[in-house]
Amino acid sequence: MTNMNQTVARETADQDTPVVAVEASKPAHGSVEEGKTVGKPFSDKAKFKLRDVEVFYGENRAIKNISLDIARNEVIAFIGPSGCGKSTFLRCLNRMNDSIDSCRVTGSLMLDDIDIYDPKRDVVELRARVGMVFQKPNPFPKSIYENVAYGPRIHGLANRKADLDEIVENSLRKAGLWDEVKDRLDATATGMSGGQQQRLCIARAIAVSPEVVLMDEPCSALDPIATAKVEELIAELSESYTIVIVTHSMQQAARVSHRTAYFHLGNLVEVNETSKVFTSPEHELTESYITGRFG
Amino acid sequence: MTDQHSQAELVRQSLKARYRKERRFRAYGIIAIAIALAALVTLFADIIGKGYTGFQKTTVTLNVDLDGEIMYLDDATDKRQLKMADFVEPLVLALMKEIPDATEADRDAIKDLINPYASVTLREALEANPGWLGTTRTMTFLTHTDVDVYVKHAGDEGYSIKLNDQQKAWVDELESRGIVDTSFNDVFFSGGDSRDPSKAGILGAVVGSLLTMFVTLALSFPIGVAAAIYLEEFAPQNKFTDFIEVNINNLAAVPSIIFGLLGLAVFINLFGMPRSVPVVGGLVLTLMTLPTIIISSRAAIKSVPPSIREAAEGMGASKMQVVLHHVLPLAMPGMLTGSIIGMAQALGETAPLLLIGMVAFIVDVPNGFFDSATVLPVQVFLWAGSPELAFIERASAAIMVLLAFLISMNALAIWLRKRLERRW
Ligand SMILES: Nc1ncnc2c1ncn2[C@@H]1O[C@H](COP(=O)(O)OP(=O)(O)OP(=O)(O)O)[C@@H](O)[C@H]1O
Ligand SMILES: [Mg+2]
Repeated sequence: MTNMNQTVARETADQDTPVVAVEASKPAHGSVEEGKTVGKPFSDKAKFKLRDVEVFYGENRAIKNISLDIARNEVIAFIGPSGCGKSTFLRCLNRMNDSIDSCRVTGSLMLDDIDIYDPKRDVVELRARVGMVFQKPNPFPKSIYENVAYGPRIHGLANRKADLDEIVENSLRKAGLWDEVKDRLDATATGMSGGQQQRLCIARAIAVSPEVVLMDEPCSALDPIATAKVEELIAELSESYTIVIVTHSMQQAARVSHRTAYFHLGNLVEVNETSKVFTSPEHELTESYITGRFG
Repeated sequence: MTDQHSQAELVRQSLKARYRKERRFRAYGIIAIAIALAALVTLFADIIGKGYTGFQKTTVTLNVDLDGEIMYLDDATDKRQLKMADFVEPLVLALMKEIPDATEADRDAIKDLINPYASVTLREALEANPGWLGTTRTMTFLTHTDVDVYVKHAGDEGYSIKLNDQQKAWVDELESRGIVDTSFNDVFFSGGDSRDPSKAGILGAVVGSLLTMFVTLALSFPIGVAAAIYLEEFAPQNKFTDFIEVNINNLAAVPSIIFGLLGLAVFINLFGMPRSVPVVGGLVLTLMTLPTIIISSRAAIKSVPPSIREAAEGMGASKMQVVLHHVLPLAMPGMLTGSIIGMAQALGETAPLLLIGMVAFIVDVPNGFFDSATVLPVQVFLWAGSPELAFIERASAAIMVLLAFLISMNALAIWLRKRLERRW
């Protein structure tokens, strides 16, 4: 079933002239073979086991036959030029693509031993285990307290007010926000600074004690100081959570991640230890990208 | 260097042209607004100028001698006697006393100055206070409509005065002594319709309008909002929903009288519901306002930023929770505004209600949803079409009341929008 889908998909992608055109307009820095990833895409402590993943937006194949393991408690960074499919791939991990009608995902995506795309599986449970932080801070237009309490409330994690208070305080502490907001928990969240809002969104995501936190360019709307705080936070969180972060900042990837995955036009070109990727990349395309020859 | 100079010069010149253009554009805008304002002021001036007298009533204050002999009444607690008794005579006698030069021959002319309903007022007063029998009381009564018109519009070409010269002289004289006087027209606000203009009031129409609006709101708001949520959030995108969408937009453009015909055919002829009642009026107006409410509610739902939706979905909220916890609260101000504007339209609607019989002449103030009633705009329609000129000023006064309702509803919509509007 899956295989058949892939064959069909590959045929359509071959006719996909725009992609070819984009490739042709770039200077040749090397080529990538579909489904072939250099480096170490696999791990023996895998939290996510992703095999032969393909994502289609209608006819457009945005992710081409990617296989990757994401290890327990690691921070893995997705980098790559704009439009290469980082967000698309990230959003497969908690099925955020479900709300896009034209989007179709094939292949096998396992979180521990559950099948993420099992049609019988309720996304609610999945999303309680795999939280998400978005590019633009998007707190609910409610109070700070309500923002953090929302997840525990809808998942029924706290039955008493005292439990809820505790979860809220712990989450805000972990997000490094407690001291700044403890006196105004009832103030609306939209009145905070961008950096505070983003940390609130992180607090909101970790309030349901997820196992994985997905972050799609979490610092792109923040100034350097707020960025530094969020990065610090990521480092702390990595002790208890698996973190997948998409970033356009190579420095950020280098600072926060253990492993780095380089995407190119829907292909996963290279995955390796972050230090290795940034010092001696194996693939020519990776090298071109990190040395800033295109992006 | 010179190159740069000449370029700066070019920019400066193009700037001048641009400023000129902008000034002209602004002038057009101001002219447009001035024209609109002038039209509005003219409209209001005309209505208020014609109608403010509708808020005044003309009264005559008399020392009424409640003599049992004259009234053929010796026990004011006896209902049967009260019914038979003559309450006109004491009024005529009291008024004749105020006009010393009047002779017995003028009796009928004098009687014609008093409102036909004045005797009813006197009987009701006596029924309430039986002890008054045999005493002399100072009481105030409505004058006849002809006197009312004369007092308010003497010298106005538009009104024909039905009093003869002698009656005019009497009224002038009584007015100079303060016996005939104008005051605030409470009758207009406390009574139902009447054949006699000075007795006619809008309370019946106002209550009818409120009852009808209540039915309309209670049906169209929940149905409209639910339809909008379903179409916007849950309905699959296919030919069928496209078809529904097109038809909702079409319905919003259907002339309202068609809805009246539909209501007549379905609610009255098919379901056998009574004519002229607020329930049927409300149902018909519901059909009419639904498209407006659905369209504005959908726009309000669409304007909820996708980032909020995404955030909630990312937290594991179900579709239903996303809608109830996040989309609805954020869309509510827009939905309310749309609904109030829809209700304001319905409040001013006449045509469909004519068809379902709410145009009947109804004297009583309706007591419930199944009582015969009329509504404000229909009352205006009835009075404006009346041959009696005294009704025209009442129609204008009713228009003012209707406009006051509409303006306050629109103000409420604006206030709600400002008040509930949230930033994200
Ligand atoms: N909702 C969508 N509908 C259709 N096509 C989409 C949609 N979202 C993304 N795509 C397509 O999928 C491809 C990958 O997009 P994606 O957003 O994953 O890129 P990205 O690597 O995250 O880029 P960026 O760095 O700019 O965020 C692009 O070619 C894009 O046009
Ligand atoms: Mg992206």
